[in-house]
Order: sequence, then C-alpha cells, then structure tokens
Amino acid sequence: MIEQLSWKVGGQQGEGIESTGEIFSAALNRLGYYLYGYRHFSSRIKGGHTNNKIRVSTKPVRAVADDLDILVAFDQETIDFNFHELHRGGIVIADAKFNPVIPEQEGVSLYVVPFTEIATELGNSLMKNMVAIGATSAVLGLDASVFESVVADTFARKGTQVVEKNMEAIRAGAQYMKKQLDGRAEPMKLAKADGKQRMFMIGNDAIALGALAGGARFMAAYPITPASEIMEYLIKKLPEFGGAVIQTEDEIAACTMAIGANYAGARAFTASAGPGLSLMAEAIGLAGMTETPLVVVDTQRGGPSTGLPTKQEQSDLLAMIYGTHGEIPKIVMAPSTVEEAFYDMAEALNLAEEYQCPVIFLSDLQLSLGKQTVEPLDYDRIDIRRGKLVTGELPPLAGKENFKRYELTPDGISPRVLPGTKHGIHHVTGVEHAETGRPSETAANRQAQMEKRMRKLEHVHFPTPVHKYIRHEEPDLLLVGFLSTRGAIEEAIERLEQDGVKVNHAHIRLLHPFPVDEMRPLVEKAKRVVVIEQNATGQLASLLKMNVGHADKMASVLKFDGNPFLPGDVYNKCKELLAQWPPLKISAMM
Amino acid sequence: MATFKDFRNDVKPNWCPGCGDFSVQAAIQRAAANLGLEPHQLAVISGIGCSGRISGYIHAYGFHGTHGRALPLAQGVKMANRDLTVIAAGGDGDGFAIGMGHTVHAIRRNIDITYIVMDNQIYGLTKGQTSPRSAAGFKTKSTPQGSIEPALSPLEIALSAGATFVAQSFSSDLKELTSLIEEGVKHKGFSLINVFSPCVTYNKVNTYEWFKEHLVKVSDIEGYDPSNREMAMQTVMKYNGLVTGLIYQNKEQKSYQELVPGYSATPLSEADLKLSKEKFAELVAEFM
Repeated sequence: MIEQLSWKVGGQQGEGIESTGEIFSAALNRLGYYLYGYRHFSSRIKGGHTNNKIRVSTKPVRAVADDLDILVAFDQETIDFNFHELHRGGIVIADAKFNPVIPEQEGVSLYVVPFTEIATELGNSLMKNMVAIGATSAVLGLDASVFESVVADTFARKGTQVVEKNMEAIRAGAQYMKKQLDGRAEPMKLAKADGKQRMFMIGNDAIALGALAGGARFMAAYPITPASEIMEYLIKKLPEFGGAVIQTEDEIAACTMAIGANYAGARAFTASAGPGLSLMAEAIGLAGMTETPLVVVDTQRGGPSTGLPTKQEQSDLLAMIYGTHGEIPKIVMAPSTVEEAFYDMAEALNLAEEYQCPVIFLSDLQLSLGKQTVEPLDYDRIDIRRGKLVTGELPPLAGKENFKRYELTPDGISPRVLPGTKHGIHHVTGVEHAETGRPSETAANRQAQMEKRMRKLEHVHFPTPVHKYIRHEEPDLLLVGFLSTRGAIEEAIERLEQDGVKVNHAHIRLLHPFPVDEMRPLVEKAKRVVVIEQNATGQLASLLKMNVGHADKMASVLKFDGNPFLPGDVYNKCKELLAQWPPLKISAMM
Repeated sequence: MATFKDFRNDVKPNWCPGCGDFSVQAAIQRAAANLGLEPHQLAVISGIGCSGRISGYIHAYGFHGTHGRALPLAQGVKMANRDLTVIAAGGDGDGFAIGMGHTVHAIRRNIDITYIVMDNQIYGLTKGQTSPRSAAGFKTKSTPQGSIEPALSPLEIALSAGATFVAQSFSSDLKELTSLIEEGVKHKGFSLINVFSPCVTYNKVNTYEWFKEHLVKVSDIEGYDPSNREMAMQTVMKYNGLVTGLIYQNKEQKSYQELVPGYSATPLSEADLKLSKEKFAELVAEFM
C-alpha cells in the first residue's frame, strides 16, 4: 500500500498527452487525493516530446516528486528521456506498437500493453490514452469506474456514445493489465483518500477567479505563454457580469488600455510574461506618474528575449521592481501557492486603488500552469476597497479651476475623481504636474510632487508580507524563496530536519516595498541564510542583501535550466553548502 | 446649456502663433457645445507632441498619455464608461508613426470614439524632423537630402482597415471642421478625422496658402457619395489625398460595444463589484 505516487505520461506533442494526464488527475482529485502536476512541453503545437508528471498523495503536496513510480510511454523517446527518474520497484507501461525496450536496470519492470491496437479495435486509435489510463488503474488497484464522471464531463458534448466508448477503452486497458499482473496483488495499491471534494486548478485559473472576485470587469491582453489562460477564462466569464476582455494588437496597447479603463473607473488589469512586460514598461511608468491604479500580472518564464517560453524561471524580479525609466511608486507581490494567488489577486486590485499606483503581480510558469488540488476558497475573505475614490456630489469649483487631483496630502494619496463627475474636472498627464494636474516644471513643485508620490509607499499595508515557517529560535539555516518553490523548499526542510539540521523558512510574498522589518530578525537569528531561486544571478539574494545586509552569511542556490526545483535539488545543495562551510561559495545548479 | 466658452480654460497654449492647432482646439470646443455636452461629460485623450498638449487646453476631462498611445487609452476610457464622449487627439507622428499599429486596430475594432489627427507633415516639438506624412523629397533636419520614403496615405489606410467613418478637413475651415467633429461624435463607432493643421515654424512647403491652392471639397465633386467605399478610395487616390469633407461613412456597421456579448448597458465604472455567494459557489464548482 502506498500513500504517495509519482506518475508520468509521455509521448509526442499533439498526441493527447495533456488530456491523458488531465483525465487521470481530475478523477483522482475527485476521489479526494491531493494532486500536483508539472507539464514538460515545447513551444510548438505538434511533435516533440512532451510529458505530464503528476504527484498523487493522501496528504497535501506542493512540489514535483524527485523520482518516478510509474512511467506511461507512447514512444521510445519517452522511455529514453525519462527512464532515469524511475526508482527501484518502478514500472514502465508502454504501448506495444513501438516495441518498447528499457535499459537493463534491476528492479524496474516493463509492462507492454497494446494501447493503440485495443483502441483501434474499439473504433478509434485516439482512445489509446484511455487504454493507458485503464492500465494504470489496474496497477493502483483502482476500479475503472472511478473515471466515469470525469470521462462523462470531458466528452459530454460529443454524446453518450463517445463517453461509453472511452469508458470501454479504460475497462479494456484495465483488464489487459490485470491479466498481465496474473493475479498478483496490484504492485502499487494506492491507500484510500478522504473522499473530500476539492478544487483542481492551475494558478492562472486562481488568478483569473481572484480578479473576478476582486471586482475586475475589464481586461486588455495579448496572448502569450504562460499567461493566456487568464484572459481565456475571463473572456468566457466576464460577459455574465457585464464586463469585457479586449485582445489587443500588442502588450503596449493592453497595458495602456487597462490604464485608460482604470482612469475611467472600471477595475481593469492586464496579464503577460517577460517579453510583454518589457513592452509595457513605459505604460507602467505612466500609471506611476499619473497615479492611476493598474494591476499587471507577470507570469515569469525563461528569459531573456524569447528565452524558454514554456519553461520555469524567476528572472524578471529586479526588472519588475526597477524596470521603468525614472522613479515611481510601485508594489510588487508574489503569491507562494495557488490559494494565495486567488486572494492576492483580489488584494492587488485593492492595493492599486488604495495607493493609486501600479501593482505588479508576479507568478512563475510552474505556479501559473502546474495543475493542483486547491483547498476551498472563501469568498468572505474578499473585500473591495477603493481607497480615496470620491463618490457622490462635489461642491462647485471657483471659475474654471481644476479639481486638485494631485493634492499634497500627509500620506501622499490624493482624492481621486472619475471622468464624468460634475465639478471634478482636472488634467492628467505624464508630464510633471501641479496639484491640479496641469504641467509644472518649477523646482519646488517637482520636489513636492515627487516626494508625495514616493511617500505613498511608506505605509503599505500588506497582511502577510512573508510566509514564515519558524521552528527554531536560532536556526542553522534560514531558507528564503518566493513563488512556486515553496513546496520543494518545505519538503527539503523535512529531510534536513531529519538529518538534525535546524531550518527555518521564509517565503517572501511582498517584494517591493521590501519587508525589511519582517526579514531582518529572521536573517539576524540564523547562522546561515540560503536563498533559493530560479535565475542565474541571484536576484532575490541581491534584494535581501541590499535591504537587510549580512551578505557574509548568505549563499545562493540557483537553478535556471528551465525545470522547477525538486525537493532533492534543494536538499542536496543545502547539504553541500553545509559541508563546505566555511568558506561560503555561490553554488549554481546545473 | 453649455456654450463653447464653457469648454475654454485659462491655460495659454504653448503653440507657436499661427499654428493650425488653435483652430482645431476651437472646433472641438464648438462641436462639444453644439452637441449639447457639458464639460464634465467630455474626455479628451491625447498623445505626445505639440498637438498632444490639446487635452490640457480644453475645459473637460483630459488625459495626456504616452507617445503614440492616445488610442489605447481612449478605448480603455470608453470601455469603462460608455456614457462619456471620448475624443482622442494627436499629431501625424503620434498616430501614423509610433502609434500606427494602434490606429489601424482601433479603426477595425470600431469602438465608439472620435480620433482627430492634427496633420502637419512634420515633427514640430522635436524641432523639425521628417514625419510619415512628409512627401518624398521633403527636406528636414533628419532628411537633409530630402525624404526618400513616400508619404503614407491615412485615408487609404483607414478605408482599407475597415473604417466606418473617415473625414478630412483643414484647420482654417472652422465651419467644416466643427461640423465634421459633430458628425464624428454622433457616428456610432470609430470616427477618424484627419486635419491639415499647418506648422508655421518647420514646414515651409505645406503652408496655409499651399493647402488653399490644393484642397478640393468632396461636396464639390459631382455625384460624390460618401456611403460608397469604392468611390471614396478612388477619389482619395485620384486627388492624392488632398480632399476634405466626409469621405466615407458606413452607418450600418454596429460598433464594438454593440457587438461585445454581455457588455453592460450602464458604465462599468458604476458596476456593483460584489458577487453573490451563490454565483461564487457556481464558479468554484466548475473546478471540482
């Protein structure tokens, strides 16, 4: 009996590998298992190796597993490419069609199942994926019927006959596998799950749902991997709420249109990835200068330039904090789980209006696209706060005077009135301006307005700027990360603790303004600090050193090969560092 | 009811004396009053350049954005508040060089706003470089030997991009310009009004006199029918773009807002942002 399973299905892109993983994991999610998925794919539509690695557990999981229990292969390349991940006792289930061979390795068994042949006999070779799911279910001791509801939902539009045919394929796969197992107990019988209904979604779903719950009614966006799902969800949903999504001609238009809509009073945002964010830089500066609320989601992927469009990386961080010309107030946040992505997105819309500035909502590819089980989301935790937005009637202004949209106030935040409001006329410009919004280049005004804008960030209220996991007063190690690496770091910590290493964990959720007061004591009390991030230059570490100091006791664990951190990566690198100390060295994962 | 004077403010434009943009400003103010608008019901969204300053010279809501991006801003404003009258304005460099991508797509998107281009065939604010509207051979600081690129034809581009309202005018002809702006605002969809607005400082070729000599009113062309796209295109080509008046209007085509499924009939800026608990539960259930 196993409590946890690491399963991978692989083949050629366009062969239905994604939907195989999708149906398999959706069904297990409905049984109450916790799922965590990782898609290995390329920036092309057909062809090229692709795989879907899924972790199944009776307990919450937030990281890809280090190794593999079962590999389902639709071609030899899948075996050649992934075999090394299988541990002793692992299983390969492969399609008979390509005469699969596995390297000689003790303890890994190969089961050959005629996926394609069975499917073809049943009337459609495409159903080979269902046969493979059936074969897997036999190994896990799951009855084929557990897939019924998901298959019914998936193929509902194609009619009951198609649903029944697919179920038949699953049953046929299970039967064939059972015969191969020849009465032996299922090799990897999966312990029962709790049967609770939980959501199963990608981070982008949560971001989009968070935007909707947070009052966003307009989105302007340009398609890009790995952000497009956000706009696609809202294109489907916003019509129910009177809102709209415009697919623009480019990211400059997307960002600028979102600024226009926010200026006019809608809650509006845009979402993109690195290349799009580079194009938006000027517009983000405009939002900062004109104090227009704006939320921009950056689902980071491998850079620079087109880089690795379908791979994991966290290398936009410093560009997102500093990447506009001149100086503007800006908030940069980074949720560490899918649940946080939902709540934080709604909060981002609040912060943008309260502080009247751009908010960059960071994600990364693994958080945005990794499909996983999500704890129930509580709508009661969402409140909508619009800051100093002036509603109701205004007193008349003297003559042709302008409303003081940029009034100098103690907290730097000025009353904001929407176009269309009587007695609220004012000017908005990216040129330096006076309290009325009219251009002004005087030295005194420049100084006053610049200070006013920057003052807004002195007291940003962000409920949990750092997710802290503190077990020790004075730990040997403090591990620091952000975004999707949280699960891998947490699992590495469990292993390090078992080795007797005292480890605390800080996952930073507010990157700018940097939570100095939260981070300083954690860093001061730790003997060593290891910053774990997915880029080549240690951007988060730089930020930490700049804001908190203590560079002499910090080291970086970096990974920038396009794949997410595995728990083992973090564990092994920390062990290496511990063995090396002193002296300290920056260590790069290859 | 507001008069054109109500749309004036006390800011002195930084345009050169004699600049065509003064008349464009006056025409917008007159058109707004003629349309029965109150100043707070109008938003003027402008780009960067001499002409981009126009949003600061009209007593109305104004947003002076980034170079070439007046149209995305203006479209966002209109999407958020469909009750506002939105006029986007800028120069030929703003709209036909750096912002050309937005211009073409705003035309085909057909959101109900009016775009006024102050076309002076030169870059004024940067002190006299060639523009995409400068004629081949035109000598400027950036083309000392004369421009070797042909001028682009905004009217032909607009017609081929699926424009539903295309007009052209001359800043000296305040009456025609005012009336075209009124028609443009009333048009249900995107309206482009290209206005020859001479730069008296840097363009010594396309002067007031030059335009008076060369421009032909389409209303003076016998049998001209602005609902006929083919005729519009042929006429623009025949007269090398030097025609004024209502060049083309398609009254049948629905605006973007009329076509967006589910789009609220009341401004999004007034929407209730809360979801019902039942609705939220429904959304969540889709992920189960």
